[in-house]
Amino acid sequence: MQRYSGFGLFKHSLSHHENWQKMWRTPTPKKVYDVIIVGGGGHGLATAYYLAKEHGITNVAVVEKGWLGGGNTARNTTIVRSNYLWDESAHLYEHAMKLWEGLSQDLNYNVMFSQRGVYNLCHTLQDIRDSERRVSANRLNGVDGELLNAKQVADEIPYLDCSKNTRYPVMGATVQRRGGVARHDAVAWGFARAADALGVDLIQQTEVLGFRKENGVCIGVETSKGFIGAKRVGVVTAGNSGHMARQAGFRLPIESHPLQALVSEPIKPIIDSVIMSNAVHGYISQSDKGDLVIGAGIDGYNGYGQRGSYPVIEHTIQAIVEMFPVLSRVRMNRQWGGIVDTTPDACPIISKTPVPNLFFNCGWGTGGFKATPGSGNVFAASLAKGEMHPLAAPFSIDRFHNGALIDEHGAAAVAH
Amino acid sequence: MLHIFCPHCGELRSEEEFHASGQAHIPRPLDPGSCTDAEWGDYMFFRDNPRGLHHELWNHVAGCRQFFNATRNTLTYEILETYLIGSKPQFTEQAAPLTTTATRELGEKV
Repeated sequence: MQRYSGFGLFKHSLSHHENWQKMWRTPTPKKVYDVIIVGGGGHGLATAYYLAKEHGITNVAVVEKGWLGGGNTARNTTIVRSNYLWDESAHLYEHAMKLWEGLSQDLNYNVMFSQRGVYNLCHTLQDIRDSERRVSANRLNGVDGELLNAKQVADEIPYLDCSKNTRYPVMGATVQRRGGVARHDAVAWGFARAADALGVDLIQQTEVLGFRKENGVCIGVETSKGFIGAKRVGVVTAGNSGHMARQAGFRLPIESHPLQALVSEPIKPIIDSVIMSNAVHGYISQSDKGDLVIGAGIDGYNGYGQRGSYPVIEHTIQAIVEMFPVLSRVRMNRQWGGIVDTTPDACPIISKTPVPNLFFNCGWGTGGFKATPGSGNVFAASLAKGEMHPLAAPFSIDRFHNGALIDEHGAAAVAH
Repeated sequence: MLHIFCPHCGELRSEEEFHASGQAHIPRPLDPGSCTDAEWGDYMFFRDNPRGLHHELWNHVAGCRQFFNATRNTLTYEILETYLIGSKPQFTEQAAPLTTTATRELGEKV
């Protein structure tokens, strides 16, 4: 792999940037791999990268039905934070946050991770109490967090309507200053390039149609280009996880819903952080290009159509205009939907399955992007050893039978 | 925007008036107290989540406030039928439904 550097940029400028090395190969699938990852999004590519880098398992294939990072990795609002209430999730997301902090250097690829701070607004007395509890829990878990009063919020976010005249006045906020945003495509491409350099085969335009089992044990995947054998298979297919589980012969506690986001026309810098509100349900940041990036809620019904319904957009825009009346005449540029795999407790499933040698990493629902490096890291460790990584163990599928749910649904920093 | 025919009101109304309540035809165990953890967990949390035809429960919350069922394609979002609770759907997926681990007697499927 050609390493990227300032000198390289200068050198290639002399040949009009026409001789850059391809970021990854287009390999023909081998007959057998040590590990096959199904799904070439951020989580899958991160898994492949850490398998090769930290566990020395380089005979790995990532099988993707479309193109790399073309699903939810390309459709999210790129927010990174780790201020989760419960110990299990705080540890997992903080693990990811620590990896984010060195990721660009680690991958030799600029993922444009910008720790610009994530604010969670409080609009009711209960919001304030819950936030105080969450910040305290975060600090005990080594996650940074501060509780701000209304005056401090008004000082730090000048265009936010903090007046008493709003329907739901801002009473305060929490802020995680290490939180922020990253460039979503760069995350997928960076992991893909680094994994490829370590020998991982990235096989695109190849759909996994089913799993081949011998004596009940998974021995490989049936794909649109034929059978590929594997000692272990990790499925990281987000919204399609329920469908993949069906192919493997079991069910998941997952429902797939469309989740929408939208961006405005580019405008001058106005919002220099990420602002989320649970109560009015809107979240917003501004990209480096200047577009306002706005996240909506999920549609209430199940769907795989990668598009959402209009009432949801309307509801979201109402919330954004409630928070930022100054944006009321900004025009929206694009709107899209991704399919999120929601679990009953809004926490992921990183787990063994009823089929030996078949592992699932799914259920990230509406908030998987922030966990990309951490999710890949612990899933790779689990695939390498055949036993779940200690940080992943509480997220077993068994919790829906033994009752040990991790109830982030009401407790997370923004409604899921 | 979905347009949904409410079988109670007899009218085609817009999606905003309705609330989706998930998979339909989930029989409640007749004797919950005697369920194993696995059976209860399956009943509570595990869903078919199909890519294709889905039988689902809807509530006309801003209308008659009554529940009914619909058969909808989760890929195209086409609604093939809406029907009253207690009746059977006309359209069903050809593939056999997955068996649950539940072996105990289940209530009447409604």
